Amino acid sequence: MKAKKILSVVVVTVFVIGTLYLLQRLVMPKYMDDVVEGNFIAEYYNEEKDHDVIFLGDCEVYENFSPLVLWEEYGINSYIRGSAQQLVSQSYYILEDTLRYETPDVVVFSVLAVPYNEAPRESYNRMTLDGMRWSLSKVNAIRDSMTEEESFLDYVFPLLRYHSRITELTADDFTYLFHRDLVSHNGYYMRVDSLPAENVPEGRPLGDYTIDAAQMEYLDKIRTLCEEKGIQLVLVKAPSLYPYWYDEWDAQITEYAEEHDLLYVNLLAQADEAGLDFQTDTYDGGLHLNLSGAEKLSRYFGAILQDHCGLESRRGEEALEAAWQEKTVWYEEDKARQEAEIAAGE
Amino acid sequence: MSITSYSFLLFAGVLFILYYLIPRRFQWILLLIASYVFYCFSGVRYLGYILATTVFSYIVSMKIWDLKRRQDARLKLKKDEFSREEKKAYKASVKKKQKAWLVAALLFNFGILGIIKYGNFIVSNVGSLFGASGDDLFFHLALPLGISFYTFQTMGYLIDLYRGEYEPERNFFKFALFVSYFPQLIQGPISRFGSLSKDLYTGHAFDGRQVASGLQRMLYGYFKKMVIADRIITGLTTISGDPATYSGTFVLVGMIFYAIDLYMDFSGGIDIVIGLSQALGITLPENFKRPYFSKSLKDYWHRWHISLCNWFKDYLFYPISTSPAMLARAKKMKAAGHEGLSRRFTVYTATMVVWLSTGIWHGASWNFVVWGLLNGFFLLLSQELEPAYRRFYERFPRLEKNALWNAFRIVRTFLFVSLLCMFDYYDSVSTVIRSFIGMFSSFRLSVFWDGSLLAIGLTAADYWILLVSLILVFVVSWFQEKGRSVRSLIAARALPVRVIAWYGLFLIVILFGAYGIGYDATQFIYNQF
Repeated sequence: MKAKKILSVVVVTVFVIGTLYLLQRLVMPKYMDDVVEGNFIAEYYNEEKDHDVIFLGDCEVYENFSPLVLWEEYGINSYIRGSAQQLVSQSYYILEDTLRYETPDVVVFSVLAVPYNEAPRESYNRMTLDGMRWSLSKVNAIRDSMTEEESFLDYVFPLLRYHSRITELTADDFTYLFHRDLVSHNGYYMRVDSLPAENVPEGRPLGDYTIDAAQMEYLDKIRTLCEEKGIQLVLVKAPSLYPYWYDEWDAQITEYAEEHDLLYVNLLAQADEAGLDFQTDTYDGGLHLNLSGAEKLSRYFGAILQDHCGLESRRGEEALEAAWQEKTVWYEEDKARQEAEIAAGE
Repeated sequence: MSITSYSFLLFAGVLFILYYLIPRRFQWILLLIASYVFYCFSGVRYLGYILATTVFSYIVSMKIWDLKRRQDARLKLKKDEFSREEKKAYKASVKKKQKAWLVAALLFNFGILGIIKYGNFIVSNVGSLFGASGDDLFFHLALPLGISFYTFQTMGYLIDLYRGEYEPERNFFKFALFVSYFPQLIQGPISRFGSLSKDLYTGHAFDGRQVASGLQRMLYGYFKKMVIADRIITGLTTISGDPATYSGTFVLVGMIFYAIDLYMDFSGGIDIVIGLSQALGITLPENFKRPYFSKSLKDYWHRWHISLCNWFKDYLFYPISTSPAMLARAKKMKAAGHEGLSRRFTVYTATMVVWLSTGIWHGASWNFVVWGLLNGFFLLLSQELEPAYRRFYERFPRLEKNALWNAFRIVRTFLFVSLLCMFDYYDSVSTVIRSFIGMFSSFRLSVFWDGSLLAIGLTAADYWILLVSLILVFVVSWFQEKGRSVRSLIAARALPVRVIAWYGLFLIVILFGAYGIGYDATQFIYNQF
C-alpha cells in the first residue's frame, strides 16, 4: 500500500515536471526565422572551448569581425560572445561565465556601450540572458539588467514570461523543441547584402559628455578580471558610422586605456587603412559591416592582434584544423545561400 | 502587493509554512504580523489610518463594555434598593452613554473614510456650486488599502457590541487582527466578529483535506481573475475609453463584457481570499451565490456581495425602518387614513437610504449615486408589482417551473443588471445615457462577424479562450446551483482524474492567464472600495 502511494507520488511528480518542462520549451522563442541574434549566447556552449581571443560586446562585434578570417589569415582561434544591445554589465558577466570554461589569451571588448549607457530593454535582456547557462554570473547579470517590469522568477521559469506565445505557436516551435540549427559563425552574424552609407547623420551636441561612472566601473571590472586571469584586454571601437562616436568619449576611453596600459584601437578612425568602403562594405547604410567589410576589418585587426598581443598561429593543430574545416563549409554554405536569396530577389 | 503577483504567492507560501510550523497558540500572532506586513506593502504611510481605526475602536469597545459591566454590577448591588422605574431610568442613562461612545466611533471612523474617499467629490461639487473649479480644490489623499472593508467590519463589531450581542475582545492585539486580517483587506468579505473571531484566535492543526480544498478554491479564483477578467478588460478599456467611436453594438458588447469582468474579477478575488483562509483553517463568509443565475433584481442582490448587503440590511435598513421617529411618523400617517402610505413609508425610506449609501460606498461619483438610486427604485417597483406577478403565476401556474421561462428570466435579469453596471463602466452619467440611446439608434449586427470585434484589443484566440473559460465557469456554477460541489465531485474520483483536473486548471492559468509583461497588471476592481 505504502509502495503504491510512493509510486503514485513519483509518477505524478514526473508527469507534472515533465509537462511543465515540455511546455516551457515549446513556448520559448526559437529565434530561428528572424532575430537570430537570440541564439548567439547559447551557441557558445556547444563549442570546443580553447580560444585565443574572445570578443565581447554588442552588434559592433558580432557583425563586424569574422573569426574565420582570423583563423585562416592568422591562425587565431576566436569566438564572439556578443548579442543585441549587450550592456557593459552583461559583457562583464558573460566574461565571468566564459572564464568558467576557458582562459583566452586576449579579450577584445567593444567600447560603444560604455558611453551609450542604453536603458535595459526586456526583449534585448532576454536575448542575452536566456542563452546563458545557469551560474552565479547569470544570476548577477539578471539582477543587474532587469527592467522594473521584469521579474527574476520569469528568468528561472521562462514559461511564466512566454506563456502568452501559446496562442502564437508556429511550426518552428515544434521543429526546434529540443535543438537549434547553428546560426552564427563562432558568434559572427553573417550578412552578405549591401546598402551604401549615405547621408549618415552627424551626432547632435550633448549637454554632458562625461561617461557614466557606473559604466566605467563595469569596464574596470572587466579589466580587473582580465588582469587577475592574466588575460590581455584590448579595447576597440568598431568602424560603424552610427551610433555616433564623439571625440570626447574617445578621449575618455583613450585616457582610461593609457592609464591602465591597455591597447585601445579606434577602428572607426582607421577605417580607410583597413580598406573599408562604406559604399560596398555595409549592409545597412553604415551601422554594421557586411561580409565583405567584416572580412576586410578582420584581416586588418588580426594583424594588430598578432603584433601587439604576440599571438602565434595555431594553424597545423590537427583538431583545430578539422573543426575549422567544418566551420568553413558552413560559412561558405551560408554565404552561398544568402547570395542565392539576393539573386532570387533581384 | 496584488494577490495575483509572485510576491503575494511567496508571501502566502512563507506564511503558510510558518503557520503550521509554529505552536498553534502563536498562530494568531503570526497572522497579525503578516497582516501588518501585507498592509505595509501597500504603503507604510497608510498604516496610520488602520491603526487609528483600530485604537479608537478598541477604546470605544472597552468603554461600551465597561459601562455595561458597571451597570450590571451596580444593579446587582442595588438589587433591593432600586425600584423598577429607577432601574429602567438607570439602564437608559447607561445606554445613552454607550450610544454617545458608539456615535463618537461612527463619526471618527466614517469621518476618516468620508474625508479620504469622498473629500474630493464633496469639495468639487460644493465648489462648483459657487463657481469655483480647479485642482486647488481637491484633497490629494490616496485611498488606503481596504479602508471601506475594515471600516465597515469594525463598525459592525461596535454596533453589535452596543446591542449586547457579544462580549468585546479584550486583548488589543487580537482585536487588531480582527480589523486587519489581511486576506479580507483586499476586497472583503465583510465578516462578523462572532463568526470570524473563533477561527482567527484558535490554533489550527494541519488538515490536508482542508488545505487541498482551500488551494483548489484559490486556483479557481486565479482562473477567473487571470484568464477571464484580466483578458476581457483589454476590450473593455478600448470601448469605454472612446465612447464616440465605440457606440451602437459596441455598447452592448461592452455592457455584457463589463458584467462578466466585474463578476470574474470580484468573485475570483473572493475565491482566492476564502481559499487562502480555508488553507489556514479560517472560514470566511461566502460573498457570492451565482448571481447571474438570478431570476429577479431582488434575487440578484441576495446573491451578489452578500456580506455588504447584509451589513446594510442589519446596520442601516433595520435601524432606520424601526427607529422610533420613523414608526411614529408612520403611525401618524395611518391615523390620518393613509394606510397604504404608512405601510410603505418606513420600508421605502429605509430602502432608498440603503441604496444611496450602497451607491456611495462603491465610489465617490454621481455615477454611483445614480446607480444606487436606480437599484433602489427598481427594487421598490418590483415590490409594487408583486401582486401583479402573483396573479400572473396564478393564471399560468406551470410557467414558474418552465425551464425556458426561467432561462428567459435569468437572461432578462442579467441584461438588466449589466445595464445598471454601465454607470460603473462609463466615466459619467451623461456618457451612459448617450451610449444607451446610441445602442438602439446605431445598432449594427454585422459587428459580430465583420471583424470589428478584433479591433478592440482582443484577438480571435482571446475570444476562444474566453468562450471556453466561460463555459467552464458556467458548468461549475450549474453544479453548484444544483447543490453539488465540484470540488467534492473531483475529490471522490481516482488519483489520475484528480491530478488531471487540478493540474489541468493550473496549466490553464499558467498558459492562458493574462499576466506578466505584455499585459497590464490590473488591480482588482474592488480593491479600492
